[in-house]
Amino acid sequence: MELTAAEKEANLWAGGQRPLKASYGKLMMWFFIVSDALTFSGFLVSYGFSRFKNIDSWPIADEVFTHFPFLHGVDAPMYYVALMTFILIFSSVTMVLAVDAGHHMNKSKVTFYMLLTIIGGAVFVGSQAWEWKNFIKGEYGALETKGGQILQFVNADTGKRVAIADFAVSIPTERSTHKGSNGIWYESEGSLTTYSLAEVVEGFESTENLVIRSEKLDEKGQKIVLSRDDSLDKIENAVGVVEGANLIHNEYGNRLFADFFFFITGFHGFHVFSGVIINMIIFFNVIVGTYEKRGHYEMVEKVGLYWHFVDLVWVFVFTFFYLV
Amino acid sequence: MAEGTHKLAIFRGALKFKSNVQKIWGVLIFLSIVTTVEVALGIIKPDFLMNYFLSMKLLNWIFIILTLVKAYYIAWDFMHVRDETGSLQGAIVLPLIILIPYLIFILILEADYIFEVMNSGFVSWNF
Repeated sequence: MELTAAEKEANLWAGGQRPLKASYGKLMMWFFIVSDALTFSGFLVSYGFSRFKNIDSWPIADEVFTHFPFLHGVDAPMYYVALMTFILIFSSVTMVLAVDAGHHMNKSKVTFYMLLTIIGGAVFVGSQAWEWKNFIKGEYGALETKGGQILQFVNADTGKRVAIADFAVSIPTERSTHKGSNGIWYESEGSLTTYSLAEVVEGFESTENLVIRSEKLDEKGQKIVLSRDDSLDKIENAVGVVEGANLIHNEYGNRLFADFFFFITGFHGFHVFSGVIINMIIFFNVIVGTYEKRGHYEMVEKVGLYWHFVDLVWVFVFTFFYLV
Repeated sequence: MAEGTHKLAIFRGALKFKSNVQKIWGVLIFLSIVTTVEVALGIIKPDFLMNYFLSMKLLNWIFIILTLVKAYYIAWDFMHVRDETGSLQGAIVLPLIILIPYLIFILILEADYIFEVMNSGFVSWNF
């Protein structure tokens, strides 16, 4: 039955048509992507709020993310995270190539490119987990004051960071981690730090060329280093040793720094992980020929949209967390 | 979307590719160049970029603008939004362009205020 142009126009939104010229599945995926983009924007903007509020004392990313696999002890600021960005963008490219091969109904090419995408995604998740491990383990250790300030140690002559393991003395003590069976009022506690506060303070006082580095930034954006006398005053305020990072406090600086790191990269990593799982499911479907039978590879395209979204979010997280 | 009908020109028609696959590799090369520039600037941190414009370092302005450029190309070519119809492009982009800058605006404004209060209002962090 032939319709006039006007009748076609009126029927466009009446159902059974494709008003935006895209299929239902693809529109729903875009719906999800827009809403998830707004969610991540909320996270990143709240990170910006907390950081701006503490803009004169936030940890410097270049000093925190300095590890590179197999290069133990080498100071490699930001190199590994840049490599992770390349890997994820590359996996995005292989995904697009898989989608394109799907348009030409080329099953073997789709299989090959999807496999590369899955491997790239898995490498990214593994890398992120490795970054978390280094972040949680910590490198130098620090002291915490009653108000939550973090005191780090530098060599007064060279200005280089000094680990507390290098100068803390060893004071034999019988104090060990309380378990439920022997703790005060039978309460257990988290494991004790490797060095106790007394050990660190005594080691500091007996090592002449050590000074404390405060959290505050000067006008050039570098951390202010205290004099030896000021350091000896400041260390009186220390109430505990901080090694590594957890959700309560971290040795890098502001407590919120670790909180936001875990939350934002964790959420993103979870999206990458779920993307890898979904990609694997579609990969198996490609292999057994579900889409050949269906006559089109649009499922690969939809899953590709999700994967690119994950890549896009990482581009923004990388910029605001590591670069800016 | 009709399969196989891809728009093959980028940079507003200045660079036209012969096939979709070629366009993908071309966009990848462009994105890699942009990322390399960003990382290099982040490592070198040249002094002339440390001046402030609208209370943010020029270096950071460059990072954010380059990130938006990358986002544009990932969305437009990798996600094929360039080939979608205009109303779908608008349906995706307009909510984000309206809501996200607004959110950024109000939260940065608040953060700035609270920073000022804690900085010059009272002694709050001396212990």
